Amino acid sequence: MWQRPVKILLVLAGGAMLSLFSVFGAASSGPQSRVDFQREVEPIFAAHCYKCHGGVKASGQLKLDSRTTALRGGISGAVIVPGSSARSRLMHRLRGEGGEQRMPLGGTPLTSRQIDLIARWIDEGAVWPGGEKEKEIPRHWAFVAPSRPDLPAVNNKAWPINPIDRFVLSRIEKSGLAPSPEAEKTTLLRRLSIDLTGLPPSLKEIDDFLADNSSGAWERQIDRLLRSPHYGERWGRWWLDAARYADTNGFEKDLPRSIWPYRDWVIKAFNQDMPFDQFTIEQLAGDLLPNPTLDQLVATGFLRNSMLNQEGGVDPEQFRVEGLIDRVDALGNAFLGLTIKCAQCHNHKFDPIKQTEYYQVYAFLNSDDEPEIEVPDEKIVRKREEIEAAVTKLEDELIADTPDLKQRLAIWEQQMAYDDSQWTPLTDTEIHAIFGVKFERLPDGSFLARGDNATANNYQIKARTKLKNITGFRIEYLTSPNLPRTGPGRDFDGKFYVTEFIVDASPIGAPDQITRVDLQSPTVDYERPDFPVANVIDGNQKTHWSSDAGPGRRNQDRKMAFVAVRPVGYAGGTEFSFQLMQKSNEQIRTPQPNIGRFRISVTTSDKPSADPLPAAVRSILAIPAAQRTDVQQREVFSFYRTTVKEWAETNRKIEDLLNEWPYGVTTLALMPRQWPRETRVFRRGDWKRPGEAVTANTPSFLPPFPSDAPRNRLGLAQWIIDKKNPLTARVIVNRIWQQYFGEGLVSTPEDFGLRCDPPSNAGLLDWLAVEFMESGWSIKHMHRLIAKSAVYRQSSRVTPELLDKDPTNNLLARAPRLRVEAETVRDIALTASGLLSRKIGGPSVYPPIPDGVLSLGYGSAMPWPTATGEDRYRRGMYTFWKRNVPYPSMLVFDQPIGDFSCTRRLRSNTPLQALTTLNDQTFVEFAQGLALRVWKEGGSTDQEKMIYAFRLCVGRPPDAIELQKLIELLNDQKPLFDGNTAKSVYVSSSDLTRLPEGVDLHRIAPWAMVARVLLNMDETMTKE
Amino acid sequence: MNHDVEIEQELVKHNSRRWFFRECGVGLGSMALLSLLKDDSVAQTAAGKNPMAPRQPHFKPRAKRVIYLFHSGGPSQLDLFDYKPSLVKYNGKPVPKEFTKGIDYAFIRPDAGLYASEFKFARHGQSGAELSEAWTHLPKVADQITIIRSMMTDAINHAPGQVLMQTGSIQFGRPSFGAWVTYGLGSESQDLPAFVVLSSGGGTSGGAANWGAGFLPTLYQGVPFQRTGPPILSLSNPRGVTREMQRRSLDTLKELNEHHLGVTGDPETATRINAYEMAFRMQDSGPDLMDLSKESKATLEMYGVEQGKASYATNCLLARRLLERGVRFVQLNHEAWDHHSEVAKGVRSQMRQTDQATTALILDLKQRGLLDDTIVIWGGEFGRTPMVESDPDANRSLGRDHHNKAFSIFVAGGGFKPGVTLGETDEFGFNVAEDPVHVHDLHATLLQLLGFDHSKLTYRYQGRDFRLTDVHGLVIDKLLA
Repeated sequence: MWQRPVKILLVLAGGAMLSLFSVFGAASSGPQSRVDFQREVEPIFAAHCYKCHGGVKASGQLKLDSRTTALRGGISGAVIVPGSSARSRLMHRLRGEGGEQRMPLGGTPLTSRQIDLIARWIDEGAVWPGGEKEKEIPRHWAFVAPSRPDLPAVNNKAWPINPIDRFVLSRIEKSGLAPSPEAEKTTLLRRLSIDLTGLPPSLKEIDDFLADNSSGAWERQIDRLLRSPHYGERWGRWWLDAARYADTNGFEKDLPRSIWPYRDWVIKAFNQDMPFDQFTIEQLAGDLLPNPTLDQLVATGFLRNSMLNQEGGVDPEQFRVEGLIDRVDALGNAFLGLTIKCAQCHNHKFDPIKQTEYYQVYAFLNSDDEPEIEVPDEKIVRKREEIEAAVTKLEDELIADTPDLKQRLAIWEQQMAYDDSQWTPLTDTEIHAIFGVKFERLPDGSFLARGDNATANNYQIKARTKLKNITGFRIEYLTSPNLPRTGPGRDFDGKFYVTEFIVDASPIGAPDQITRVDLQSPTVDYERPDFPVANVIDGNQKTHWSSDAGPGRRNQDRKMAFVAVRPVGYAGGTEFSFQLMQKSNEQIRTPQPNIGRFRISVTTSDKPSADPLPAAVRSILAIPAAQRTDVQQREVFSFYRTTVKEWAETNRKIEDLLNEWPYGVTTLALMPRQWPRETRVFRRGDWKRPGEAVTANTPSFLPPFPSDAPRNRLGLAQWIIDKKNPLTARVIVNRIWQQYFGEGLVSTPEDFGLRCDPPSNAGLLDWLAVEFMESGWSIKHMHRLIAKSAVYRQSSRVTPELLDKDPTNNLLARAPRLRVEAETVRDIALTASGLLSRKIGGPSVYPPIPDGVLSLGYGSAMPWPTATGEDRYRRGMYTFWKRNVPYPSMLVFDQPIGDFSCTRRLRSNTPLQALTTLNDQTFVEFAQGLALRVWKEGGSTDQEKMIYAFRLCVGRPPDAIELQKLIELLNDQKPLFDGNTAKSVYVSSSDLTRLPEGVDLHRIAPWAMVARVLLNMDETMTKE
Repeated sequence: MNHDVEIEQELVKHNSRRWFFRECGVGLGSMALLSLLKDDSVAQTAAGKNPMAPRQPHFKPRAKRVIYLFHSGGPSQLDLFDYKPSLVKYNGKPVPKEFTKGIDYAFIRPDAGLYASEFKFARHGQSGAELSEAWTHLPKVADQITIIRSMMTDAINHAPGQVLMQTGSIQFGRPSFGAWVTYGLGSESQDLPAFVVLSSGGGTSGGAANWGAGFLPTLYQGVPFQRTGPPILSLSNPRGVTREMQRRSLDTLKELNEHHLGVTGDPETATRINAYEMAFRMQDSGPDLMDLSKESKATLEMYGVEQGKASYATNCLLARRLLERGVRFVQLNHEAWDHHSEVAKGVRSQMRQTDQATTALILDLKQRGLLDDTIVIWGGEFGRTPMVESDPDANRSLGRDHHNKAFSIFVAGGGFKPGVTLGETDEFGFNVAEDPVHVHDLHATLLQLLGFDHSKLTYRYQGRDFRLTDVHGLVIDKLLA
């Protein structure tokens, strides 16, 4: 009870002092020892004073976080007089003497022990290690790059297997304890299998390992499991927590999104042991690498995992900003262990991050488009190649049959001459749309629709111009990376329809004098016979023009022009009111085929018409014929042929071929925006109160941005994985450690700042961080090291001595004993049942979900096509994850929701978990599967079967008592089902239409009852 | 039924075991634990780790439990609480520009015309509380409730607005009010969740975040009850498994876990043993909770409950029953107020569904002496505009858009000063003119009544001590009795 915490100092070569912190040490620092500033006084200052007198805060101009500033004092002079606590104002203030308010202001007073400690420190001369030179920023241990420490000395030379053990053993020995003995082999293999693959070992794997007494047996198991494709699933999921992965957009609408290719990319990256530096670069800036591969584009989904608000009436800019704030947070959390987020509204209270620096980091992420890129699989790529080859062949035939093609093309080109400069885009505009669709105004005068898209719309644009004698109007429908399949429309395919275009005009300042501008002679660069452009001005809202040129052809810019029956333009300028109506005849659906991006122009030319050529072809025609490449010539020809009437049959054949053009799945990615955005500091974090402009940079208290790195996301990524960066390697090895041992060496993986507790084993943390970088950032290397260590191989038994001396297992004198994570609870039961599908990757799946759960979401419940085949039994990580209605049986076991980056899962132990594994339909099915499996495979006697069943759940065989209890249960249950067919069927089988064949369900049912108990054992869902 | 008799007979064999359980109940877990480990510290650690144990707040609380009637969607304060004669006078006229400066709208143009309420207003009770005629029952408790007409919030869209109202932040990921209360006070119930979520109307825009635990331990999150059938997910045994079979299975499970606890010595195993026992008790208490047959006819009629029918009225009655069983916090979601079109019709329809039961709940709590230390909150995430929303393209007419600068809620019980109407809005109801109450202030005041200094109920996360009111919140003394 009376033991005081003992802290041990370790002096590193670099001169930085790191404190090793032992919570329950045995030794005691005697009253004679001098007060040590860094381990005794500075933590008090940090906890109670820095909030106002540290970092960027200097209330009363006093800063207590560096020697110079502390000794200099504040507004009213010195507060510390070295050698005399009696004369030090600091002490008066801390004690509340002399009529002044007690410090900390408004906080809990320091304890008398703390006050005495500070007084003794001052009396002893206020020694403040760290040199005499000014250091405005305290050299917090985590902000100094790690160097490889010497291995600590240990008494027990036989126990350590690798350096990890030296660091851990040193602390154990200092506390007067000894490490635990090695765990049973079965326990060890189950522990390792769960740690590396998230799945329990098969009985054969256990038996093989038990039989392997040769040297290197353990190492071979490690290598075997690291080679398993399930390794990538397990550790991919570890990363996906930090990446806040989910399958829906969040907020009210919470619509599904397709970003599982990113999840699969993560799995693949882990399986390949992609070096962590590359892993970082590809996720933050895969698109900025030279000639990026499709995989590298998919990787940028990391940043896209932010939520997206598609609620009607939202200001899209507000939620774009919210998304960026989330990205900065994820970056800080996942890679740096820094709470950068706290500097969004003001300078960071504890860490030296200024608010401007927050927005400098934000600026790296502020200039991107947000495309959904296509990820076609091999089958689709092949099919497309076939189609292209067939089209080329047909076109080649036309070319071969047309000896005068060159002359024909030349004439055609002359006929197609077009002067685009006749059009003047309207820029003095405002726009309103029904149902709260809102728009981003792009620098080229076009509008990009954002937000809600659940209803056919009517865009109402007001525009002012000084032009007179306006003879025509043009609408350009423009593609954008931010639209589905690049648009220009907003439905899944980027399609859009236009029902009516209506123009009214009035003199500026006289809205009462509004008159309708009648339109005629519409022209367009694409027209289907069934949806002619004439429909747009026929006054009939039931008819429309369609942009749908079919698969592979519909996603391109379109142009549509109209002639004013009577030219318009008032002397003092004209205000136009345009209505762009898009009532489709199709059923209401989300997303709607509304226009995604468009721009309106006017002209005063004689005969206004839309350029009939696609923009791409038009730009090629600007190049002299002789200088065009083959590809360019082909592109011109491919358009030209469609205009040649006598080639109608070949054209039709080609259209038929192209109609087979297949599409692949998409995933969310990033690419740089054509027009970089300016970043401004938001005063008090409010996006509506922009302040000074800032440019991209990294916080000044960390190593400088590499001089040769580009000022974009790529440079940011290079800075993060720069070996001089003191945080990244430490943060990652800490989280790896946490995954094995339940708690990181730094217990707050999300915060390595000044307020975090010192590492439980600072030497080990730094050693691992340096080792990680020097291994070439190999995560598998770190697994090998940890799994080989003696620390890892200890028994997890909690002896009374260990419980007494180290109840939180801070010293690691035993292995941790931890309830497995949500997905693993499911995966262990699935594996035992024999039902597990080992398929890796692919779209998320829909295992059974309890009735009524989905109705908790907004609007009509989302469809949940409950899987009936293999997908019913996929690993937990593939379950469709809906942010607003998370899958209940995994949420209850603490799976993070994914609304923000999570680097530390909580581990609760509740009755609702018990109800889930006892009664939830999925777990009942697993128990039934286990019963059937045991009946079929488990041997001939009940005893054999019982041992088999028990082993399937926990690996080891039951002891005599356990076996007896279970056999008793079985025997008690058997008579309940004798002659009771209905009950037997219910208990043994979920699907009455597909009863298992060749077995007597009266015999299976008692086993289903037993299996349910086995799957609910504490040991089954625990990593021992 | 036959089966049950059969099974009952079977279980006579286990008579001794059943007796042991009936007589010893939960105690067995800890007894066995003690005997197995013969070490006080283990039991202490195991017991000390119960994060749901009841806890004392910072000071003597006025209220011990909360029912939050969350009428989300944005109920129209102008048609319910906040009478504006000027709207009648200028009905249909455009809004003077100075009133709408700096106000954002979700759907309408800021130049839309003003729209007077179609309801008449009258004063009620000794307090003279002003309510619209849309309320036909609430006037009965006019002197019991406290109306706040000067609420303000930062969001004009549903999901952010709801999440702000329930968690104190527009950003997702913060603990909900209910989670904070549960974290602060623990649970008084041995067999029901501490924080229960009931739903009628549509699903809420904020979804699970409205009752989430954010960065608090997940066990503080609200447990959504199902609208029909057993209230808690997985509360019923699988088909074919009777209560006795379940008990028998749990006996063996417990024996196995206790046996293994003797081997591993891990206190977490003891916690799990207790969790399974509580789960079993929940299986009994759940159906008992939902069984309204013991409620008097008068009570059922007072609430307007139709037995066996899921409804707002049933949920109000259930809320009272939950409180009686020690539940700390009931969030009753009724998402139904997003009246962009035909607001008067919508309000009337919602009144038919909710007015009577809301009133009955307050009366019932009062009759049973529960109102004194129970806070009842009635309100949504924001209010609605003084201007009309009308858009033929969208088929909308005579509606109102979202409005965040001024709206109304009411509270009752738990130390609120009854019969008070706090706050004034400007001539047209655009902005608060007197006694502003921001969402953060409401939270601070609610926590105050629950015995907490809102600036001290904190949780360390990402190096920062987070609180429900973030860096804001003023306790509104005028609201306190």
